[in-house]
Amino acid sequence: MDYFTDKLSAALVPILALLVSAVLFGIFVAFAGVSPFETYALIYKGAFGTWFSWQNSLQRAAPLLLTALCTALPAQMGLVIIGGEGALVIGGLASVSTALVLQSFLPPVAVQITMLLAGTIAGAIWIGGIGALRHKRGVNEIISSLLLVYIAIAILNTLVEGIMRDPGQPQKSSTHPVADTVMFGNLPGMDVHWGLLIGVMFCIATFVLMYLTPFGFSARIVGGNPRAARMLGLPVGKLVIIICAVGGGAAGLAGAIEVAAVHGRANSALIAGYGFTGILVAFMARQNPLAIIPVALLFGGIEASGGLVQRRLDLPNAAVEVLKGIIFVVVLAFETFSGRLGFLKRRKP
Amino acid sequence: MDVSQDHAFGVSVKNMSKHFGDFVALDAVDMHIPAGTFHALLGENGAGKSTLVKCMMGFYHKNVGSIHIDGAEQHITGPHDAHELGLGMVYQHFTLVPSMTVLENLVMNHPHIPPVINWDQERHKLEIFLGTVPFKVPLDKRTSELSAGEKQKTEILKQLYLNCRFLILDEPTSVLTPQEADEILGLIRDMANHNQLTVLMITHKFREVLAFADAVTILRRGKNVGTFSVRDLTAEEMGHMMIGAEPIRELGSRKKLTGGDIRLELRDLQINNDSGERAIKAVNLSLRGGEIVGIAGVSGNGQIELVEGLAGQRPIDGGEIFVHGTPYRGTRAEIRNHRVACLPEEPLKNACVASMSVAENLAFRHFDIWPFCQGEKWLKRSEFTRHAAERIKTYGIKTRSPAMRMSELSGGNIQRTVLARELGEPADVLITANPVFGLDFAAVADIHAQIMEARNHGTAVLLVSEDLDELLELSDRVIVISDGAFVHETSRQDADLSVIGQRMAGH
Repeated sequence: MDYFTDKLSAALVPILALLVSAVLFGIFVAFAGVSPFETYALIYKGAFGTWFSWQNSLQRAAPLLLTALCTALPAQMGLVIIGGEGALVIGGLASVSTALVLQSFLPPVAVQITMLLAGTIAGAIWIGGIGALRHKRGVNEIISSLLLVYIAIAILNTLVEGIMRDPGQPQKSSTHPVADTVMFGNLPGMDVHWGLLIGVMFCIATFVLMYLTPFGFSARIVGGNPRAARMLGLPVGKLVIIICAVGGGAAGLAGAIEVAAVHGRANSALIAGYGFTGILVAFMARQNPLAIIPVALLFGGIEASGGLVQRRLDLPNAAVEVLKGIIFVVVLAFETFSGRLGFLKRRKP
Repeated sequence: MDVSQDHAFGVSVKNMSKHFGDFVALDAVDMHIPAGTFHALLGENGAGKSTLVKCMMGFYHKNVGSIHIDGAEQHITGPHDAHELGLGMVYQHFTLVPSMTVLENLVMNHPHIPPVINWDQERHKLEIFLGTVPFKVPLDKRTSELSAGEKQKTEILKQLYLNCRFLILDEPTSVLTPQEADEILGLIRDMANHNQLTVLMITHKFREVLAFADAVTILRRGKNVGTFSVRDLTAEEMGHMMIGAEPIRELGSRKKLTGGDIRLELRDLQINNDSGERAIKAVNLSLRGGEIVGIAGVSGNGQIELVEGLAGQRPIDGGEIFVHGTPYRGTRAEIRNHRVACLPEEPLKNACVASMSVAENLAFRHFDIWPFCQGEKWLKRSEFTRHAAERIKTYGIKTRSPAMRMSELSGGNIQRTVLARELGEPADVLITANPVFGLDFAAVADIHAQIMEARNHGTAVLLVSEDLDELLELSDRVIVISDGAFVHETSRQDADLSVIGQRMAGH
């Protein structure tokens, strides 16, 4: 019973926040001279109205599943990592580099596996390093993770405009393309790539890791109270760095999948904001890896509907960005209500 | 409205009630404190003492009841009203700004500070004021350099300088040595005798009530048990009235144990505090099985750093810790092999995860081995629940279910949960700091009995405490810590309170 009310109360806060955001965004579009009801009907249609829009939403949800983990897992250790975008970019770069080196002499399956591994490892080192700086030097992880996003983007730009540039792409600086045989196909019967399945599996696996294993249990003790963890003899620093690395690995993997399943090369298209939307997904999911799955789908849908809203209502494309921004602020504001909703509150015995 | 004056006045509280939701914190309390008297307010934790004085000071809004000053009803809607009327309060914790001098602290405290302060004029005013009160403090010293006694005097002066004639003291002596406490309470007593001040003091210490107070009001569960003249009471009677009919666990008798093996040894141990200064200065200690060694000291003399160092919460900066003769770093394997248990102060902050369940918190020591864990890979939830149900029953933890969050338990039950975890299995070494801080009478007696029982079963206990009564009751040896060094050691039989007090103060 306690477990049930706990989960109910945990789910209720984000749902209320979503409703409040819907009202605020409705007021916003009303000022722009558009009916809020028509807008929401269109957002629904663009996100989940047809099989085509469903597939579009799922495709966009795939990277969000992984970038959300980059915030959600460190958050369970009490760290606020907002640099998933950087890990995604670095992961994409690492995977494209390995593919370009290996694809001429390894079979495609082996290249695909090494691409995913390379992306994961690069992301793990990127965010694991932030955890290490935090633990060993006391560097604030919010600031370092954000600043490292700009460094990651700068590295990407330097490479695609420099030594990795494909001269055959004059309009947009890009790396050489990955061979077509190496590119990921789609899931059977749909127009959605394999990255979706990998993302869902990763979410389930980290949930199992955090909640069903002694390793995850010790990590949650560290996240809940580092002083108690030290008293219990747990290796606090090691756990912080490993969990950060797992989260960073997820975002790096998202970058590798974007390369291997969507773009086929690394260029500025990697910087699509999935890392930042992932922060929003993680907070909305209250940092729970399983809850990330439905929330990522919701935000994939909101992103997918952007084009339709723009064409039909003559709203700027940024309108859905405004919606995401409003949701983020309201979700954060509602965090203070968690566990305080009167009708769910229990008395001390 | 302005009744501030230069002589003491009496205060009465009539029919005062205060509810927090369904919880009745104060239930129709009447109390009369005549002008120029020293009145004590006794009661267990949670009996309503703080709530009562906070209602008087206007921090809380009473639900029912009235406050009368010299017989006239006054409406106090906030602390500002209380100050205007001449009511002042000294809190349990210091509220001075450490980086400012005593002079600055006293001037800053005034409600109307001019935009530009004429320091010569302020100093002159203060010097005239200091001539009228018995407390002496160095005006130009930074408050961070003051002793605890001087800080407490400054806190009291702050109130007197605001022309406070009714002074509420909330456990004013908890961080003072016995000598400092006697001096300060004696001076306040004199002011009351000269009808300059009326005093209401919240306390736990019967000795202070008997030595300084005229009358005592005893609260139990929000109700006034009675107001008595101190002359008509003994400490034993006061204790009985505070706790009511609740049964109190007897402290088990001290078994005679000699020649236990050396369990814990500190060799030239040095530990730094947060700002990198040496807080523990090369201390040595050996602790044998079957003895309790008490560490006495005024708070802030290195006790926190010592306990954190031993508990693995703080790195050590020199020297070594040995357990069973081998170097000890507080890793999980060492803790398990040497069976080291720890009962820290403020258990919710130091030993629990508030957001996790009682069952999970109870399993913190053994979750990674059989039977909590199968093949060291998968947690076995059913074992968590079974183990928790058993411990909850044995240790009388009041919780509705093992799945309840730790943060939903009361303080006593949190401490009991940690006790069940740490002493649920036999321990070779127990490190404990202020284990009963903030707990009620019954819980204190229970935890003391458990510590004594562990000692009688051969556990080596290091007890760090700010409460001398607790130390002298439990310890076989008492060591005094002052400024990070062990400055005095005495056996239980030869312990002399006045010597210990002097050493605590660094003399």
